[in-house]
Amino acid sequence: MAEAEPVMVPIQDELDIVRARQEGRQLAKDAGFGPVDLARVATAISELARNIYNYARPGTIELKKIQRGSRRGIQVVAQDHGPGIDNVEEAMRDGYTTSGGLGAGLPGTRRLVDEFEIVSRRNEGTTVTVRKWLR
Amino acid sequence: MVQKIPILKIGEALIASIQIELNDESAVQLKEDILNQISATGATGVVIDLTAVDMVDSFLGKIVRDTAFMARLMGAQVVCTGIQPAVAITLVELGLELEGVVTALNLEQGLVRLAGMVAGGGGNG
Ligand SMILES: Nc1ncnc2c1ncn2[C@@H]1O[C@H](COP(=O)(O)OP(=O)(O)O)[C@@H](O)[C@H]1O
Ligand SMILES: [Mg+2]
Repeated sequence: MAEAEPVMVPIQDELDIVRARQEGRQLAKDAGFGPVDLARVATAISELARNIYNYARPGTIELKKIQRGSRRGIQVVAQDHGPGIDNVEEAMRDGYTTSGGLGAGLPGTRRLVDEFEIVSRRNEGTTVTVRKWLR
Repeated sequence: MVQKIPILKIGEALIASIQIELNDESAVQLKEDILNQISATGATGVVIDLTAVDMVDSFLGKIVRDTAFMARLMGAQVVCTGIQPAVAITLVELGLELEGVVTALNLEQGLVRLAGMVAGGGGNG
């Protein structure tokens, strides 16, 4: 996978959620994504950034353009060193929430992107990596 | 940081048109402002216009849904208008169908819809 300079957005305040999704939308636009994919990317970033803010702040959203073979796309890595998720399988279920949210953030994000990986360890933190490819 | 969305009153209806990128606190503020304005003005309907909104995540989706339910408890109907195609697609993919939230294509149709709902006693029909 070819490397490009990543954009790092720290997630500490509530407004950083807006900042992260705006940066992500801009990068995805530069990469050539159309309006529907831009909305998907912005929404996915918003969900991941809010999870950091709600459950594990501070953390970071790393955004970068990626290339694999002839395919080009964008990668988002949401990383924190918070409490971790006890049961990731459960957290990936629609409607599962520990905060009175909608429980749509993680399962919904998985549907919005092409590739979705989550690694979480108790007391070590959570890293969610998602990729969206240009069609 | 809270940014206030202006709420206009036209006839019996309130209109809130979201023209800025809403952060969470501002979205919560908008919900409270709408409910307070219903109470203060006796409005029977509210149009929330989303024409300029290019992203609705689960937080904003929940705010919209809660506002509609809470307004209905108070006796006012909410219609959401102008949902962009990209927003409709991401909402469904996220799993937020916003069941129970009445929608219309644009502001004008939203006001027509409200007039019908108020005359017909409200509901989803
Ligand atoms: N970064 C994180 N650190 C710790 N727990 C998390 C994190 N992200 C998600 N979670 C847990 O997973 C649950 C499901 O997340 P999500 O699908 O986004 O729904 P919601 O945020 O509405 O609860 C959360 O309620 C929370 O318990
Ligand atoms: Mg969430």
